[in-house]
Amino acid sequence: MADVLWGLATSHVPSIGAAMDRNKTEDPNWKDLFDGYAPAREWLAEHEPDVAIVVYNDHANGLDLDIVPTFGIGTADSYPVADEGYGPRQVPDVIGDPELSLHLLESLVDEGFDLTVFQELEVDHGLTVPLSVWTPDPGDAWPCPVVPILVNVIQYPQPTAARCFALGQALGRAIRSYRDDVTVGILGTGGMSHQLAGSRAGFINPEFDHMWLEKIETDPEALARLSREELIREAGSEGIELIMWLIMRGAMHEQVTKVHSHYFLPASNTAAGIALFDNRTA
Amino acid sequence: MTAAPPLIPTEGTSMSTHETGGRLNVPGTPIFDGQTSRRGLRLNKMLMSFRSAENRERFAADEAGYCTEFGLAPEQTQAVLDRDWTAMIDLGGSIFYVYKLAMMDGRSMQYLGGVFTGMTEEEFQAELRAGGRRDG
Ligand SMILES: [Fe+2]
Repeated sequence: MADVLWGLATSHVPSIGAAMDRNKTEDPNWKDLFDGYAPAREWLAEHEPDVAIVVYNDHANGLDLDIVPTFGIGTADSYPVADEGYGPRQVPDVIGDPELSLHLLESLVDEGFDLTVFQELEVDHGLTVPLSVWTPDPGDAWPCPVVPILVNVIQYPQPTAARCFALGQALGRAIRSYRDDVTVGILGTGGMSHQLAGSRAGFINPEFDHMWLEKIETDPEALARLSREELIREAGSEGIELIMWLIMRGAMHEQVTKVHSHYFLPASNTAAGIALFDNRTA
Repeated sequence: MTAAPPLIPTEGTSMSTHETGGRLNVPGTPIFDGQTSRRGLRLNKMLMSFRSAENRERFAADEAGYCTEFGLAPEQTQAVLDRDWTAMIDLGGSIFYVYKLAMMDGRSMQYLGGVFTGMTEEEFQAELRAGGRRDG
């Protein structure tokens, strides 16, 4: 039986990728962030899964606003790295796992989650920065194939936190019903609190973020009860993307073991968080 | 150890998860909703086109003509030509799309944050480094 090996929640701020791409990880403005990643990276290097699922959102690179799918899944052999306006990041293209994608899709549709199918998709920092957080030096290839799951967090109404958590739970069941005996790493990306526009731009809420970091482990149902309005008010208009962490968490067991977490600000305009959980039952 | 605080400290506001109809009102916070996205569709499509170097060059050669080609409303074109970032947001621009134009101008998200909050880029950056801005 396939199962989730670990879950990694992480911000996907573009400047984190840029700091790595430009060798600025020892820069005083960044050092604490990357030092904070180190224990997670060490553990992850020793626990390589067969395949990873990355839950993320696109930022005007792979999709535009003609079509705004609430949830989507990539089913391609590979996903080119998008040019976001200054040339693509110099990181490997992302290899897909279409067979797993199609299995997940069918299981999820059977459970009432009607995901939009992406047969072609260019992936942006929302997906590649979390891969870099996991694997700073991928060389020619990322550690394993990737299944992208997309969530609309840009245009209101975003899916509710409750719906994201339920999707995660269905995703967990779909993974466990896969015929192959594969291990899966799941990444929930985005956040933490931030707001980019309006007179409240620059808003950051560390109290909320610390609450979120704790509850994502111990009481995700409580987070799943937050309304969109509460999320926008407390986490900022862009911080609402934290709902994607709930998809990751829903796919994991009720009890997980925290391997490591770290909180840092600011990464550009954003509070950045990382939380790594071992899904194996002791 | 302190007692567990409520998940979110409330100020007596409605906590309904399923409110429909009325638009969200969070002070100082533009909500990029369906009506905003309808208003901004042409503008955002133009901003999206800047992913290609060829289009960036065509825009640079004739900004107003490029806006016309994409069918922008006159006030949207004016906001683009004036680099009136606040107006672009007010006229339906999504911050992720508007940022593409800012990047072409060599502007950072902290610069835009300063514009939205009436600060210089340095002041805005300093507030972020000091732990970010709070409500009010
Ligand atoms: Fe995002």
